[in-house]
Amino acid sequence: MADRLDSLRHELLEAVDHAPDLKTLDEVRVQALGKKGRVTEVMKTLGSLPAEERKPFGQRVNAVKAAVEEAIAARREVLEAAELEAKLEAERLDVTLPPRPHPIGRLHPVTQVTEEITAIFADMGFAVAEGPDVDDDFHNFTALNFPPEHPAREMHDTFFIEGHPELVLRTHTSTVQIRTMMAGPPPYRIIAPGRTFRCDSDATHSPMFHQVEGLVIDRSTHMGHLKGCLQDFCEAFFERDDVPLRFRPSFFPFTEPSAEVDIGCRRSKDELIIGEGSDWMEILGCGMVHPAVLENVGVDPDAWQGFAFGLGIDRMAMLKYGIPDLRTFFEADLRWLKHYGFAALDFPTTFAGLAR
Amino acid sequence: MKFTLPWLKEHLETDADAESLGRTLTHIGIELEGIEPRGADLDAFSVARVTGVRQHPHADKLKLCEVESRHGGFEVVCGAPNVRLGMKGVFAPEGVTIPATGTVLKRSKIRGVESQGMLCSARELGIGEDHEGIIDLGDDPEVGTPAARALGLEGPVFDVAITPNRGDCFGVHGIARELAAAGVGELAVPDTAPLPAAFETARRVRLDFPEEAKDACPLFVLREIRGVRNGESPAWLQERLSAVGLRPISALVDVTNWSTLDMGRPLHVFDADKVEGDLYLRLSEAGETFTGLDGKAYTLDAGMTVICDDSGIVSLAGIMGGESTGCDATTENVLLEIAVFDPARTARTGRKLGIDSDARTRFERGLDLGFVLPAAEWATRTILDLAGGEAGSVHVAGAVPDPRVRIPFDKRELTRLTGLTLDDPSIMRILVDLGFEVASEGEGRFEVTTPPWRHDCARPADLVEELARIHGFDRIAAESMRRDEAVNRVVLDTSQLRRARIRRALAARGLDETVTFSFVGDQQAQAFGGTPVRLANPISSDLVALRPSILPSLAEAVAKNQARALDDPALFEVAAVYTDARAGGQEWATAGVRAGRPTPRHWAVVDRAVDALDAKGDALAALEAAGLDPAKLRITREAPGHFHPGRSAVLTLGRDVVAHFGELNPKLAKLFDLEGPVAAFEVFLDRLPQPKRKKTRAKPMLVASAYQPVDRDFAFLVDESVAAGDLLAAVRGASELIREVTLFDVYAGKGVPAGKRSMAIAVRLQALDRTLGDADIEEAACRVTDAASAACGAELRR
Repeated sequence: MADRLDSLRHELLEAVDHAPDLKTLDEVRVQALGKKGRVTEVMKTLGSLPAEERKPFGQRVNAVKAAVEEAIAARREVLEAAELEAKLEAERLDVTLPPRPHPIGRLHPVTQVTEEITAIFADMGFAVAEGPDVDDDFHNFTALNFPPEHPAREMHDTFFIEGHPELVLRTHTSTVQIRTMMAGPPPYRIIAPGRTFRCDSDATHSPMFHQVEGLVIDRSTHMGHLKGCLQDFCEAFFERDDVPLRFRPSFFPFTEPSAEVDIGCRRSKDELIIGEGSDWMEILGCGMVHPAVLENVGVDPDAWQGFAFGLGIDRMAMLKYGIPDLRTFFEADLRWLKHYGFAALDFPTTFAGLAR
Repeated sequence: MKFTLPWLKEHLETDADAESLGRTLTHIGIELEGIEPRGADLDAFSVARVTGVRQHPHADKLKLCEVESRHGGFEVVCGAPNVRLGMKGVFAPEGVTIPATGTVLKRSKIRGVESQGMLCSARELGIGEDHEGIIDLGDDPEVGTPAARALGLEGPVFDVAITPNRGDCFGVHGIARELAAAGVGELAVPDTAPLPAAFETARRVRLDFPEEAKDACPLFVLREIRGVRNGESPAWLQERLSAVGLRPISALVDVTNWSTLDMGRPLHVFDADKVEGDLYLRLSEAGETFTGLDGKAYTLDAGMTVICDDSGIVSLAGIMGGESTGCDATTENVLLEIAVFDPARTARTGRKLGIDSDARTRFERGLDLGFVLPAAEWATRTILDLAGGEAGSVHVAGAVPDPRVRIPFDKRELTRLTGLTLDDPSIMRILVDLGFEVASEGEGRFEVTTPPWRHDCARPADLVEELARIHGFDRIAAESMRRDEAVNRVVLDTSQLRRARIRRALAARGLDETVTFSFVGDQQAQAFGGTPVRLANPISSDLVALRPSILPSLAEAVAKNQARALDDPALFEVAAVYTDARAGGQEWATAGVRAGRPTPRHWAVVDRAVDALDAKGDALAALEAAGLDPAKLRITREAPGHFHPGRSAVLTLGRDVVAHFGELNPKLAKLFDLEGPVAAFEVFLDRLPQPKRKKTRAKPMLVASAYQPVDRDFAFLVDESVAAGDLLAAVRGASELIREVTLFDVYAGKGVPAGKRSMAIAVRLQALDRTLGDADIEEAACRVTDAASAACGAELRR
């Protein structure tokens, strides 16, 4: 009897060890331990044994059962691991395949540079003002102290609106100076970015371009502050500690004194480096707001004073990012937009940097 | 404005060199655009003598010349009619670069005879216009003398930009005065001593202006000069005019140009024998005609200032003389005109007629009114010097206007506006050197009188500029701006913020931002909205109409990219659009287009063309970026005609149309040259409501159920006319237990009856307070099918 149990145990463990897969292993389990399994069958014979033999025999059968169960569990683990390995091997993916596309667009340099400029001036306490592209002669010229018929008007190559002789496409964002000052009492500290238009088109001129106007009017701002403000701006914008600027006397009807500002740079064959070298390049016009302009908007020029400037946004973009041709800005060529554009989430800030 | 160094030095005693003068000019506001070395490129050219002349064997008009040069003897072929034995000219040996053409002279055969160099014309050397013959240097220069010296070439040529307020700097004398004030030299005084009259000028001038137009010509000075010889002007004057780009013509014409450039004083010389009777000035009548010295006929408007004789108009005041009374080689007697004309009228007339003359440039900016009668003496003396003759008496009509302004000036104004402080003597010196009269009243106060050539100075701020620019803008100390707030404020308003966020949201969806012109062609504008606002003076016909929508520009951009085989453009722009020229006729909009495929062809992505729903997604993304809740939008089908009528819609918020989206109407394909469908949207930003001001930025508490959700799928059969949106809305509202409703399949075809569609909808049910039981789920499912049936006639598909 004992031998039978030993050989059963041996036989079953053998079968477990040789089960090639989980399915066979399960069959072995049923044959051994199922309701009609061989171990179960042996257990059923227990009742026919004399009472004193039952206990030791029962213990031995249980031992066989436990051994077989343990062997099945161990074998199952091995077989499961092998099966998983085979399955994973079968699921192998060509990881060099290109992933599914998720196109992302770029922002136009005019947008990015406008935001850079805004970030810097916001840090200096400037708000952002705006005005319409179609404006009247008063806001574009008369209020800005352009005398009627004066050659200074002609320098502007103005677009006029058909059927409305008093209306123009604004030739500069200086119109927003007037609108800002007429909208409420001083002090003022604003920048005004936007589209501007001149009836001029050649290699370096576009009939539409972008300017940002600056206006500061308070009780004490003088030309030294104008120089400081623009110096601070240029250093922040070009991300250099020392940008040489040259203030050159000039003429604008709406400022007195007036200046044009040149930036020191080095021009080589196909590169322009700001802040080095001995060349000068004009970047903006500025000056102290003309007393006549203040009078035109009802601000007392003896009590209030300050400066204004006008900066070409496209030009600043060209200088900073090395974009060679103004006209290409407005052609919407995908290759240009992808190349010179900016990533969707690259918000320029003064705390994290304006540009990568 | 151009002038040469020797010319400047006739007005300014200085040792400064060209470079440093150029720097000073820029420094005081006369921007140096360049200094051209005149004659520097003539180093390889020298004087040669013609030692023999023979006829060319094969060409009647060519000669073979032996020349003796510093390089030895050569034989050259020459076609100039004026070449002769013994003549001295400028010789170019082989290998030199000819300035006018930039080409290197090579030894070459001309009609079979070798030419070993060239005798040059003025034009070939780039020093004049003359190409009739070769340069004839006369007998004086030695053979071998450098050409530049032998030609008496002026030194470096300055090119400066004069700002429009400084009419006084449109003459070399005015520029010299600025430099003298800047401390680089001593200003010379022109000779204006009166010349005695040899006879009485018989002709008279009358100023026939109505009272309100007396300012058209307040002063006219006339002087007759008899017995002039109007030959060539002397070589030095010809050279000086050539150096600044003017063509020497005759002594009398050259004198008028000389006066204009030298003293900034335009004058005019009539041939006295061609003038009929006296001169009188008046305003023109509309339709009168006039033929100018340029030979062109002009038709005048009413109100232009004209000079007439008994035959009619003989000169356009301040702009151009007339052909009928112009001087020529036969002229013997002349009438010299020195006048003052109103700047505004001169500018208007010049602009209307499109005449840009040196005279106009100066008259319209305002002349030196202290230099009118003296100019008559100065000009007469110059004419007598250059053309001979004798001068008659000076006849004056009108009176010299006095433009001088007295300005009380307190030097604290300088400090207030610039931060600079100057002592009283420095202030006096600068202003006096610039020609101002200055009386010191002590304690930094002055009474300043402007000079008669400074029409740009009227108030203390103008004097501040004079002092600051001569003292030097570079001496103003820079000071940083201070702001009031310790922490920066928000500086963008709602509209600006929305535009910034929309840009980044759309770029993140794969659209590239464009900036295109605000104007398009007429037809292109009309295709997107009625009669456009138009420019009166467009640059070209495709840039004439202010765009009523950004879409025509984007459609053009799509076509341009498609033409370059960039087939899947996805573009957007944020800009103003224009529906009316008047105030309020401009609004902010954003628009976008997609053409070709929504994403590039890819092995794992179903290949398809863009459609209206791509545009819908973009429009909703823009609106969401602007802060709108898409659930509040209503969708209707009344999109404007530039959209495909069956594949487009309008999004409204309350009564306002806030967006259009769809596919562009295929009928636009031809006008814009588009290939394939174009999905487009436009969002009108100014129509979006302002966000409500909230007391707190806190978000509402999150309500999340702790109990298991249950998902049930429903397949409905509906008529194909039923809108998916309506079915989804009905399902969404069917039970309070519904958390999410997702349309996951739409199908028509085999297995679905004709005229029907199958829509498969997943519904997630969840309660906040309990785990859902079978009864809950059963009831909710019934409600879903009932609601779908009631709202859309939907049947559950079995």
